[in-house]
Amino acid sequence: MIPAWLTLLIGPFVVLNVVIGLVTYITLLERKFAARMQSRIGPYRVGPHGLLQPIADALKLMMKEDIVPHAADRGIYNLAPIVFLIPCMLIFATIPFAPGLGVADVNIGILFFLAVSSMEIVGLFMAGWGSNNKYALLSAMRAVNQIISYDLPFIFSALVPVLLTGSLKLGDIAAVQQGGFWFIFYPVIGQLAFIMFVVSTLAAENRVPFDILEAESELVAGFRVEYSGMKFALIQLGEYAHMIGSSFLGALLFLGAWSGPGPEYLGPVWFLLKMVFMFLLVTWIRWSFVRIRVDQILALSWKALLPATLALLIATATVVVWRTNGF
Amino acid sequence: MLDQSTVARVELDWAGPERITMNMGPQHPSSHGVFRAIVTLEGETVVAVDAVIGYLHRCHEKLAETLTYAQYPSIASKTDYVAAMTSEFAYVMAAEEIGKVEVPKRAQYLRVICAELQRVASHLLWLGTWCMDMGGALGGGATIFLYCIREREDILDLFESLVGARLLYGFYQVGGVRYDLPDGWAAQCRATIDRIDQRIGEYEQMLEQNPFFLARAKGVGVVSRELAQDVGIAGPLLRGSGIPWDLRRTAPYSSYEDFDFRIPVETDGDCFARYRVRMVEFREAIKIVRQALDKLPAGPISSRPALKSVAQIRIQKGESYARVEGPRGEVGCYLIADGSAKPYRMKWRGASFSNLSILPHIIPGHKVADVVAIMGSVDPVFGEVDR
Repeated sequence: MIPAWLTLLIGPFVVLNVVIGLVTYITLLERKFAARMQSRIGPYRVGPHGLLQPIADALKLMMKEDIVPHAADRGIYNLAPIVFLIPCMLIFATIPFAPGLGVADVNIGILFFLAVSSMEIVGLFMAGWGSNNKYALLSAMRAVNQIISYDLPFIFSALVPVLLTGSLKLGDIAAVQQGGFWFIFYPVIGQLAFIMFVVSTLAAENRVPFDILEAESELVAGFRVEYSGMKFALIQLGEYAHMIGSSFLGALLFLGAWSGPGPEYLGPVWFLLKMVFMFLLVTWIRWSFVRIRVDQILALSWKALLPATLALLIATATVVVWRTNGF
Repeated sequence: MLDQSTVARVELDWAGPERITMNMGPQHPSSHGVFRAIVTLEGETVVAVDAVIGYLHRCHEKLAETLTYAQYPSIASKTDYVAAMTSEFAYVMAAEEIGKVEVPKRAQYLRVICAELQRVASHLLWLGTWCMDMGGALGGGATIFLYCIREREDILDLFESLVGARLLYGFYQVGGVRYDLPDGWAAQCRATIDRIDQRIGEYEQMLEQNPFFLARAKGVGVVSRELAQDVGIAGPLLRGSGIPWDLRRTAPYSSYEDFDFRIPVETDGDCFARYRVRMVEFREAIKIVRQALDKLPAGPISSRPALKSVAQIRIQKGESYARVEGPRGEVGCYLIADGSAKPYRMKWRGASFSNLSILPHIIPGHKVADVVAIMGSVDPVFGEVDR
């Protein structure tokens, strides 16, 4: 008989490994998708249709030399990838993948998600500062600017489904959308909130057109320019895990989570497909836009997105009050 | 006049916002070769830029003194390797001017066809790399880059079937050109330029209806009309600042007066204006190629006998300066001949070199990201800058 404390660990262990597996293969999906957009073939050599490419990449990264720059702040530099990775993995803790299937569907699920996902900035800044590199420092500076600017619109747009449901518990939000009442179909409010959510997710995930942290053309690789080998892999893993987590959140908040035709046990599959849809939406945007400048990004957030999400939140609250109480 | 306020320097005991000095280059994703910009930053804003060149110096001008008139054209292509046809063109024109060598009409037309195809190929590479500068190697810019490379590839295929080489040609020779068109080349060329003509329109739509592209390109890196004249820039940069100067029109050479084409001019002087000028130039170059193929006269392709030895061409004493309108502006070649088979002295006027000197005037005051966009819009090729 396994002890009780061990059973508690089984769920997290499974989720963690599934997420790592998802990350490795979603990179292949992204590369294939991007290749199609650019009239290329994409990875093709390793395994049939490049299916073993992610494994080859991971092996390569493990075998790379781990370089620490001479002038780097060793402690901070070595700790940063881990500090970055932990919040990116923690966000999966409160996501229910099917009714009752998840690590912990706590009653403040979405609050936990939003709080933890904005903690990744600590790791980012440590990486940028600890590297003792000017590109990395500039990138870390931009990271702080951007995350502060886009957290509020992100939270506000994610709060719209919360208001419509009346619960902070992710399981409840998913449950009220069963039977096709997805929040994206909610007249006007649903679509607007979805668009704003996608835009602010892009910024929170540091994806093009908001990838000023990475900015290959001017900052080379931004905060991770000095990282190599497994430390680089950890940062990459964290970034993609965050992206998958946000895609799950988007699918849950707006696309009805596991609701879909077919028997109930297909629920997780539907959820996964919707997550992939969200991910490909972000990828599609990534490969069609140029990056915008740091001042333009901040202006977009503070002058347009923040007032818009705030107005939408107030409108939603009004609608909810009106529908429950009448005027 | 040089505006001194734009050339900021970091003084000792500076008490303003903290400044850092950052190297962009010589090994940097944005440097289009090996170029080093030492930028001084106040936060994200660039207050001074110091351009350092010379990393790609290969003694081209000295080399020209050791090579004969028959040998050097294929080496001349290595100065501006993105538009190799152009520099060959300038070199043979300078030699012909001293030697008073006639060029048959057919050869002149073939020269025009190749020069214009080269302009299209060069602008395609510019469009791709410039968008990549703004979008990043892994971002949206790379999509346009790969499309452009696909089209450039078609033109390189044309050159390959004509000359046998894809990058450095040696197609131009004193007195004419080296090869005549192979069978079916004209039809293949027409099909290619028709396809490119149509796809240029697609790219225009992709970019100009993209608000993020417009936000990055409009109002960035403004070169005023006066500054453009003072610094002596040429080509699309000059025409983007409102000066209708194009050597093909102002000082026609190689039968350019036979063709009907337009010189695009924009008055804004920003990155977007330069982009517009080049987009129109694509179409005009394609138009010239079509006309040249239609009107291509019969006859010999060279006024000189076929080459048997490298020292066969001897040119009388004299000196001359020949210039052609390359994709990046005026490419000039100053040549002094001493009567032997090799020039006594040779000097290049590289278009990229002159254009690059605009950078310290326009970059200060912009954000770091704009440095890359402006540099891309200037379209420097460092083979031509350093020679």
